[in-house]
Amino acid sequence: MKILVCISKAPDTTSKIAFKDNNTAFDENGVQFIVNPYDEWYALVRAIELKEAQGGSVTTITVGGADNDPIIRKALAIGADDAIRVDMDAKDAFQVANEIALQAKEGGYDLVLCGKETINNNGGVIGGMLAELMDAPYVPLATKLEVNGSTAEITRDIPGGEEVLNAELPLVISAAKGMAEQRIPNMRGIMAARSKALNVVAPSGTEANTEVKSYALPPAKGDCTFIDAENPEELIKKLHEEAKVI
Amino acid sequence: MSVLVFVDHQNGKASKASLEAVGYAKKVADQLGTDLAAISYAGINADGGIGAYGANRLHVASNVSVPDSGQLAKAVEAAASAEGADVVIFSHDDLGKAVAPRVAVRLKAGLVTGVTSMPGDGLEVTKNVFSGKAKAMVSYKTDKKVISILPNAFGMMPNETTTEVKEFSPEVGSAGITVKEVNTTASDGEIPLPEADLVVSAGRGMKGPEHWGIIEDLAKELGAATACSRPVSDIGWRPHHEHVGQTGVAIRPTLYIAVGISGAIQHLAGVNGSKVIVVVNKDPEAPFFKAADYGIVGDAFEVVPKLTAALKSFKANH
Repeated sequence: MKILVCISKAPDTTSKIAFKDNNTAFDENGVQFIVNPYDEWYALVRAIELKEAQGGSVTTITVGGADNDPIIRKALAIGADDAIRVDMDAKDAFQVANEIALQAKEGGYDLVLCGKETINNNGGVIGGMLAELMDAPYVPLATKLEVNGSTAEITRDIPGGEEVLNAELPLVISAAKGMAEQRIPNMRGIMAARSKALNVVAPSGTEANTEVKSYALPPAKGDCTFIDAENPEELIKKLHEEAKVI
Repeated sequence: MSVLVFVDHQNGKASKASLEAVGYAKKVADQLGTDLAAISYAGINADGGIGAYGANRLHVASNVSVPDSGQLAKAVEAAASAEGADVVIFSHDDLGKAVAPRVAVRLKAGLVTGVTSMPGDGLEVTKNVFSGKAKAMVSYKTDKKVISILPNAFGMMPNETTTEVKEFSPEVGSAGITVKEVNTTASDGEIPLPEADLVVSAGRGMKGPEHWGIIEDLAKELGAATACSRPVSDIGWRPHHEHVGQTGVAIRPTLYIAVGISGAIQHLAGVNGSKVIVVVNKDPEAPFFKAADYGIVGDAFEVVPKLTAALKSFKANH
């Protein structure tokens, strides 16, 4: 089975969020970048588990500049076999999806996995766009994935429970918590990753469909009003009269 | 050129998230000086309740019976074409996340998801980024536009009208997915977490699953849904679907009461859209107090029953 995993770079979850250039760009100064957690912990690790159990290969794909190479090497250290990087500074999800779809079609993958969303753009659209561009079924927010020959069984959460779906390969899946456990790369993996292939390819020249005009931080939160633990009536009163939520 | 809105349904009725999207779409239609059409699929009963939110017409793809994103995208495209719709609106809920990206590709439309504002004059919209820690203003470069709104960001906007229901059978091919089984553990009358206006949530401070009774009592008295922090669902004290936070469900209730949750940044990312946050924690240094509107420093096992009792007497007097 040939598996393609979409990997994106994201600021560490504890990063200070600030903007520059008149609030038109994210200020990367002092920010540490990681593999987007949904891509790494769930999509990539499940892909590696499937390969270990059934054979085949795991290729990662990233759309971005050379500044993505450290996170790509980490994915290789965790256990991906090789990597593709489409060398472009994408402006929106459609550009990213289109570049990945071109590579996915050329490579003839059976399964394409991505995280449910990135923690910086929170779009959650790459998987769906990819599926449409590849004319493949798509199941977002999967919490379990099993593959049996040419059929996949996918579990996903629904309000108050879960549902189990079947779909034929080739298939696109977005991964949510539950699909796999995080793996920490070991020294052997890190050494091996250095000699694995990271193929840099040129972009196709697709245009973006949307454009971020500016960013803004939310207004600062007011101070917390403390209420005496002996007097919860006061809280009820404030929720009713002041906050007007009950 | 109408505005088109996608409607999901459960038990024959439009979902709450869909009704919110219909209300939003009606405002967009008013803004553009046009009317509002809706698209749904087999299983919706009559208009599913969307007439109360301003939809003039509902197209029901009677040949699509499972929520297959590939088939639904083709049905939405057919309805958009029949209506000449250049603006298509979704709720960014579980089905919207599957269908909207496919529709955007089919229509060659720009797509913005998780939208938290009404469109501006040039239909530019605002969305949450960095897991709720910032907002981005995004403009479209395409003639056709797909807007997917963040659930609970707008609330319900009733707008009584009469919806004309039309069944059609668009060319959608075969379904790419089949539903093998559905397992729900929620009892009847339980409020689905993503739709809840009021949420009572608890964490490791509860010391064990056997202590959840006081949380459930408070939630019941309030008419709230229950939720929990990640460690609590990871150790199996509570079901996974109750886990709110960055890796769990992201919610935006009007009131979020957090009991015995320290307030790790990953938890805050899932609840920072809440209108009002109340934190009960015995540790006055708990980071959650920095994000709270109201705080009580105290032992949950004493504070929560008192709060439930106070709420009971408040309700008796109002």
